[in-house]
Amino acid sequence: MAEFTLPQMSKVQKGKHFPAKPGAKKVRTFRVYRWDPDVGGNPHADTYEVDVGGCAMVLDVLLKIKNEIDPTLTLRRSCREGVCGSCAMNIDGENTLACIKGLDDLPEGDVGIYPLPHMPVVKDLVPDLTHFYAQYTSIKPWLQTESSPGTRERLQSPEDRKKLDGLYECILCACCTTACPSYWWNPDRFLGPAVLLQAYRWIVDSRDEATGERLDDLDDPFKLYRCHTIMNCTNTCPKGLNPAKAIAEIKQLLVNRTV
Amino acid sequence: MAAESYKVETHQYDVVVVGAGGAGLRATMGLAAKGLSAACVTKVFPTRSHTVAAQGGVAAALGNMGEDDWRYHFYDTVKGGDWLGDQDAVEYMCREAIPAVIELEHFGVPFSRTKDGKIYQRPFGGMTTRYGEGVAQRTCAAADRTGHAILHTLYTQALKHDARFFVEYFATDLVKDPRSGRITGVLAIDLNEGTLHYFQGHAVVLATGGYGRAYFSCTSAHTCTGDGGGMALRAGLALQDLEFVQFHPTGIYGSGCLITEGSRGEGGFLTNSKGERFMERYAPNAKDLASRDVVSRAITMEIREGRGVGEHADHVYLNLAHLGADVLHERLPGISETARIFAGVDVTKEPIPVLPTVHYNMGGIPTNYHGEVVQKVGDDPDVVVPGLFAIGEAACVSVHGANRLGSNSLLDLVVFGRAVANRCAELVKPDTPHHDLPKDALDPALTRLDKLRHANGGTPTAELRLKMQKTMQADAAVFRTAETLKEGCRKIDEVYSGFGDIHVSDRSLIWNSDLMETFELSNLLAQAVGTMHSAEQRPESRGAHAREDFPDRDDVHWMKHTLVTVDDQGQCSFAYRAVHSNTMTDEVATVPPKKRVY
Repeated sequence: MAEFTLPQMSKVQKGKHFPAKPGAKKVRTFRVYRWDPDVGGNPHADTYEVDVGGCAMVLDVLLKIKNEIDPTLTLRRSCREGVCGSCAMNIDGENTLACIKGLDDLPEGDVGIYPLPHMPVVKDLVPDLTHFYAQYTSIKPWLQTESSPGTRERLQSPEDRKKLDGLYECILCACCTTACPSYWWNPDRFLGPAVLLQAYRWIVDSRDEATGERLDDLDDPFKLYRCHTIMNCTNTCPKGLNPAKAIAEIKQLLVNRTV
Repeated sequence: MAAESYKVETHQYDVVVVGAGGAGLRATMGLAAKGLSAACVTKVFPTRSHTVAAQGGVAAALGNMGEDDWRYHFYDTVKGGDWLGDQDAVEYMCREAIPAVIELEHFGVPFSRTKDGKIYQRPFGGMTTRYGEGVAQRTCAAADRTGHAILHTLYTQALKHDARFFVEYFATDLVKDPRSGRITGVLAIDLNEGTLHYFQGHAVVLATGGYGRAYFSCTSAHTCTGDGGGMALRAGLALQDLEFVQFHPTGIYGSGCLITEGSRGEGGFLTNSKGERFMERYAPNAKDLASRDVVSRAITMEIREGRGVGEHADHVYLNLAHLGADVLHERLPGISETARIFAGVDVTKEPIPVLPTVHYNMGGIPTNYHGEVVQKVGDDPDVVVPGLFAIGEAACVSVHGANRLGSNSLLDLVVFGRAVANRCAELVKPDTPHHDLPKDALDPALTRLDKLRHANGGTPTAELRLKMQKTMQADAAVFRTAETLKEGCRKIDEVYSGFGDIHVSDRSLIWNSDLMETFELSNLLAQAVGTMHSAEQRPESRGAHAREDFPDRDDVHWMKHTLVTVDDQGQCSFAYRAVHSNTMTDEVATVPPKKRVY
């Protein structure tokens, strides 16, 4: 049976409270997950009352906290426009990118901000994604060809190129993979939605000549078939991609070649 | 001494690459493919690097969409750079563009396609045919996500060749062998473990990107902090042409997020509060596709003269709706999304509010076209610094001169990333043994680390950073005068000296982003000081450096590169090197300077 309560060591305790500064006008309250590896022990949620005037996105608020209230708050961030995938985290119960999650899109009340779920935490909002990246490498996510391309580009029709739309745009933020209950149970062996989306991206690329090997490699009860069409991946993808559909396409290709 | 208490693990590789953007990855994969052992040390996971945000495309005269020739590309680049680019290097880049882009396609980059299956190419600012006569379609695009497509592909190529990555390792300083003065590697912190590492290489390649975050409003990512430039300055090396900072005409008003020039390449245009297509007045031929410095100045003039839009009349509109939903969806899906999220605009119906926004550093670590760092020693301006290379936005080859053309940046990354891999393969024999370093060689870097980690002054990093950014924004802007620059120098020097009072709150070594931001601030500050002072020294207008008090280009006195060093007190010293007006071969003729009109 699966455990439905968190292990003792993972229970989030009440943390520090940073009240709004005097004169603050547009105050919202954020509960932010904190865990310091140097201190250890249980994680706690610090409460920050922030004047969100001038903040459009959740990332703006987190940086305001870091710059003006508590410089020890730790998170990844880079592009601030939804293309690099650094600031993936769980905001108000949903995995998304802090930089494109608008404050106006959040319901009234306190906002909980946690690291991506079910991943080891390095510090505060920074999860360890080493295994996720290793899984990505495992699918050989590069163009495999035998034939010589010659001195000019390989030709690809606009129709064939269109098949890559909705796939190549993936930013490897891991929002989908860490939202997948199947991945929570079997992260060691199930590849998860992001990596399977990428696997399909190469399978469907008309220039790639290793389709058979790629399908052979995925034809495995764990790597692929732990997907039970729960659809959390597609619901949560901050880029609007559809990993569940890509997985279904792979399953379909595997069925097709047996009949 | 505190330095002794730190344990440092040594890693020896043939070549150490710092940075995993387009240039760093192209170098890393090339080195691995050539059988050299290469370590790529990067502060972010490779696909998070800022190359990912490049949109419009990569220039190469493939001629897929009409007449083209790499010589036209050469001419456009020299003219675009307002005759400050080294013409031998420009020739190299434009000629090598063709195989470099074809190679990207062979690596698997998902380029958009023409009807007959070739790489799709779009018009871009300053890109012409027949030496300015026609509009070239030269910019190879993967919709408007070309940087993303290239960066992800190069990362996977590096994986294919089994290159070794050290991800989320923050490089703090170059390490020199005190006996020879030769740069032998870098010191880095492993953020995840909180441990220290010395990466030793026969060659060190700085591919660390630009320092856009020295400004308050920029298209650059938070991580664009010019770490390589900062390291080079601390090592006593001169940087080149820092005064040339590119303002992209179309950053989204407010957030500064980039809207690609490709949107104008596809037919978009700018309007002022009167609904007038004002670029027709400033650049009668090229109009909205004039080069970026020209368009940014035009927008600034319109706003200044009271023809800006919005409540404060402080920006202009970029119109795309007439392109139609199909074109926008197929060619410009990324910026359609960005405009919706950051400006609340439906581009099929409304214009995007835009403003010139800091985008790119033409200046950087001076190199030759092999990517070897060069310094002026005595009268020789091109003395190679043994074992040190720089590529990408961190470097100044100089191919972009005083103003980079759009889509020449992704090109710069792949051409010179490749050039460095080739050069290292010539110079370094695989598995050449390393010299042991004297024990105290790491002390300067470790002492600095310890000092910053325990910095206990009265000024938080974020506070000083904001002061720097506001100063740069106000006084090293699109237009400059002796007065604003003098004021800017005084202010930025004051900010620089404020670093002595810095305060770091987080004392840990594990993912101490407070400390990392402080290291980054010191890198930004040195380059901010170098930028402001270099600008003050140049009494002419050339490319992105527009002096209102000196509106003309002065080829007699100033057709030369600025070299600036910044010492640990923030004092600048200047030297100059002549522009290479010669080409590399006789396949193309030198473009003599003339008046630059679009």
